[in-house]
Amino acid sequence: MDKIIYLDNAATTKTAPEVVEAMLPYFSNYYGNASSIYQLGAESKKAVTRSREVIARSLNADVSEVYFTAGGSESDNWALIAAAEAYEAKGKHIITSKIEHHAVLHTCQYLEKKGYEVTYIDVDEDGIINLEELKKAVRPDTILISIMFANNEIGTIQPIKEIGEIARENGVIFHTDAVQAYGHVPIDVEAFHIDLLSASGHKLNGPKGIGFLYIRKGIKVRSFIHGGAQERSRRAGTENVPGIVGLGAAVERAFESMPQRSQKEIELRDHLISRFEKEIPYCRLNGDRERRLPNNVNFVFRFIEGESMLIMLDGKGICASSGSACTSGSLDPSHVLLAIGLPHEIAHGSLRLTVSEENTLEEMDYVVDCVKEIVDRLRQMSPLYEDFVKNL
Amino acid sequence: MYSEKVMDHFTNPRNVGEMENPSGVGTVGNAKCGDIMRIYLDIDENHIIRDCKFKTFGCGAAVATSSMATELVKGKTVEEAMNVTNKAVMEALDGLPPVKVHCSLLAEEAIHAALWDYAQKNGIEIKGLKEPKKDIHEDEEEEEY
Repeated sequence: MDKIIYLDNAATTKTAPEVVEAMLPYFSNYYGNASSIYQLGAESKKAVTRSREVIARSLNADVSEVYFTAGGSESDNWALIAAAEAYEAKGKHIITSKIEHHAVLHTCQYLEKKGYEVTYIDVDEDGIINLEELKKAVRPDTILISIMFANNEIGTIQPIKEIGEIARENGVIFHTDAVQAYGHVPIDVEAFHIDLLSASGHKLNGPKGIGFLYIRKGIKVRSFIHGGAQERSRRAGTENVPGIVGLGAAVERAFESMPQRSQKEIELRDHLISRFEKEIPYCRLNGDRERRLPNNVNFVFRFIEGESMLIMLDGKGICASSGSACTSGSLDPSHVLLAIGLPHEIAHGSLRLTVSEENTLEEMDYVVDCVKEIVDRLRQMSPLYEDFVKNL
Repeated sequence: MYSEKVMDHFTNPRNVGEMENPSGVGTVGNAKCGDIMRIYLDIDENHIIRDCKFKTFGCGAAVATSSMATELVKGKTVEEAMNVTNKAVMEALDGLPPVKVHCSLLAEEAIHAALWDYAQKNGIEIKGLKEPKKDIHEDEEEEEY
């Protein structure tokens, strides 16, 4: 295998060389603790402040509203649990959707065990949440609405502004898990009425193990990691300075390059979609065609199973992912694919390809040719396909 | 995650295909859980398995265990084929990851289902063979998160 074609950028991205370069001095040169009084520590503090400013600007937020965390999952856990506890006196009802990331869904299940009530809003066949259902779900004791900005599997972008308006009109806090969207589509916390927002560094060519939670000024959110006075006493622990510097550099890079990058990714994405639909029978594009992340392609190919496809693609140097049961570690396929109405047996045959601006159209053609061959080969092996053909 | 043998049987599966007028055929598993295995047997008058074919919808381990199971039963008598247990299939493949053990169970069940079909058609009894379950996952409980 001489060359790898990496098409799993929703799982993680390559750390950009300029990001690594920006981080390097903060390991062995400026290694001071940002809380220390001496000059060496002040260098670290300056770097942390700089990253915070870059992030605040990217969201149309204030620097005092950005809190560094260890990543998207921590941000989601913190936002949900701390907001739930802080507003307990008002009520114990939370609204979310059926297609959230497990960092949100499993935290909701945890809160249910603690006596909170959670309503899980349905989505339509393209994965867009039902705004009428959301409006009806709001009750006097509703304290939090948590709806993801864009879905990690099928790439559907939610009507965030409308959701924010519903939350605002009802005096409910609005959290959005923007891990997949941040750095890929424009986000304005003011215009969209977002109160809490989770993001992660490694989904936008930054390092792993660093992320942030945006907390609107005035929102009561208690400390989640107890200890020192870092992050305005809301998130203790010595700052991950190299990580924060890397995140800042990645955010700067992502927002500067967003228009050209999106255009390139959309071109690659749409090329894959159009060739799959034209050349492979019995397939379906999952997720909304228009309201879709620039880099996301998600298909189901009937009569075959996802993991088999992934191993064969790996054999051809292609990195991809699937929502099949075998890749989730349980017997059930992806909850997202089930929520958009796919039957179990079809949901097992999903393939997600998430491109980056480094990919080329030639690579996309090679990938389509490989997928065609693999789907055909697996169908020849499939008893489901055998039965289907006999009954034609 | 998979042994070399599993990868070999997945990428070059032995005995994939269908059979016209098989002596016995068995289909087990369930599309809901993501794996279905069908095994065809061609058995001669001395109850020896002359040929065996399979078709599988499932993950890499499901394909590899089907392939290995067909290799192991070929040339054996129907009684000997009863010794091709899930453990035997796993051992022949140099092991499977723990989450994939159920695939080898599926292979054993598929052989038993095909043998059962053969026994029913010919009015014979195979020692130790019981009527196959409709769904091999019916006894499994879902993991809780």
